[in-house]
Amino acid sequence: MTDISRRKLIFSGIGAAAGLSGLAVAVRLAEKYGLIPPDHGGIYGLGETITYASQRLLTRHSMAREFPRSWISNPPFSNELAPPPDAFKRLQEGNFVDWRLTVDGLVDRPSSFSLAQIKSYPSRTQITEVACEEGWSHIAEWIGTPLSHILDAVGTHPQARYVVYFSIEPDWWESIDMADAMHPQTFLTYGMNGSDLPVPNGGPLRLRVPRQLGYKSVKFITHLTVTDSMKKFGKGLGSASPEAGYAWYAGI
Amino acid sequence: MGSLESAQAPLEASVSSSASAGPIAEPLSRHSVLVRVTHWVITLCFFALLVTGIEILISHPRFYWGETGTVITKPLFQLPIPSSRNIVKTGYGYVLPDQNGWSRALHFQAAWIAVLTGLLYAIYGFVTGHFRKNLLPSEGGLSWPVLSRAIAGHLRFARPSEAEAWSYNLVQRLTYLFVIFCLFPLIVWTGLAMSPAFTSAFPATVVLLGGRQSARTIHFFVSIALLLFVIVHFVMICRAGFINRTRAMITGRQRARREGL
Repeated sequence: MTDISRRKLIFSGIGAAAGLSGLAVAVRLAEKYGLIPPDHGGIYGLGETITYASQRLLTRHSMAREFPRSWISNPPFSNELAPPPDAFKRLQEGNFVDWRLTVDGLVDRPSSFSLAQIKSYPSRTQITEVACEEGWSHIAEWIGTPLSHILDAVGTHPQARYVVYFSIEPDWWESIDMADAMHPQTFLTYGMNGSDLPVPNGGPLRLRVPRQLGYKSVKFITHLTVTDSMKKFGKGLGSASPEAGYAWYAGI
Repeated sequence: MGSLESAQAPLEASVSSSASAGPIAEPLSRHSVLVRVTHWVITLCFFALLVTGIEILISHPRFYWGETGTVITKPLFQLPIPSSRNIVKTGYGYVLPDQNGWSRALHFQAAWIAVLTGLLYAIYGFVTGHFRKNLLPSEGGLSWPVLSRAIAGHLRFARPSEAEAWSYNLVQRLTYLFVIFCLFPLIVWTGLAMSPAFTSAFPATVVLLGGRQSARTIHFFVSIALLLFVIVHFVMICRAGFINRTRAMITGRQRARREGL
């Protein structure tokens, strides 16, 4: 081995070691600042992680675009629905008076709210766009209570990292990080375009996450859980979407 | 090939390349390592983005102008193809298999790799003078006679002259500059303009394009333009000598061509 190639070998060794320890430090920092999504594994984990980390660094507090009232899609649009489960039909027959939202997990006061209770909290409206991963989009006025209001009412623990939310439809559940959960435009939505939220749009209660694609805005919400880790839920990937091949973080 | 005279190599190449000082018929240096690596990484990304882009597109093969658009609004146009979702009325009696999940994941991952590689290439191009020396039309080179001669040659599918194996002609230079500095940034911009989180922080990126659906429609047309570029690029390489040109882009070296070959 010549001197030159030995020197080259030593320098590339040092370079590789520096690169690897740099990477290890970056991973540590990313974990500390919550930049790694629950679905970071697998062959597409790299892309998911870079996307989520960049969005958290750039857009943690940014507000989804809001539109003038004249931009509201007319006629209003709603996507096709699977036939609702029997439990939903029974509640629908009773005009949803018995609809409950239970909140548990890392909270001081696990609670169960009726629709009337949720509606008694200060209501907010936003005129925002629903963008579907398929490509279509529409604008509506959404009326509801910021999720942060409910989370403050039950008192989340400091180690809370995600809010998991479940539909009355089996196997339809999602989760968002605390940045999106506490975001002022993330609504527990019960109204649309000036009246009650229509069933095809997720009525009586839908969690709207306007800074992410439509599939994160789960319809017919009955249950919220606050947690510090997504490992205990489903396959541990963050929600039902990654289990079906879709990204957990859908802000793109 | 062994009888090749080194004098046949154009002056420009033998001056700029130390490799050409070697023995007769030694392959001559054409593309730098960085240009070659970034070329093939972006090639791979392009095909990944193309295939997954088509998969995503067929879930809603309708295009709109402005901010919004759904199956109940009038489209700007609808592609006459079947769809992978039954909500879109296509006139076909069947629905294609839905592959959006992995397609989206691969689309964005390939986009990240393409953008980061493209940035590396752009920095390299400016720092080393690659853009100025190899892509910017040379002084006095940008004139109508030169341009029309080059275009006419391309249209006749004339085989390139020996000198063109070592340096790009005017049409090539303008095309590469257009792809690198117009189409590539535009496809990235229109892609980002469809991200609800990105546009929440940078609303101008979508407002300037006329809305989310306009961004999607422009994204579609820019991808068609890029596909056309790749097809013409490939045809031209075949015409100029597929093996020699591809070897030049893989090994960095190519052989000077013997006359009449």
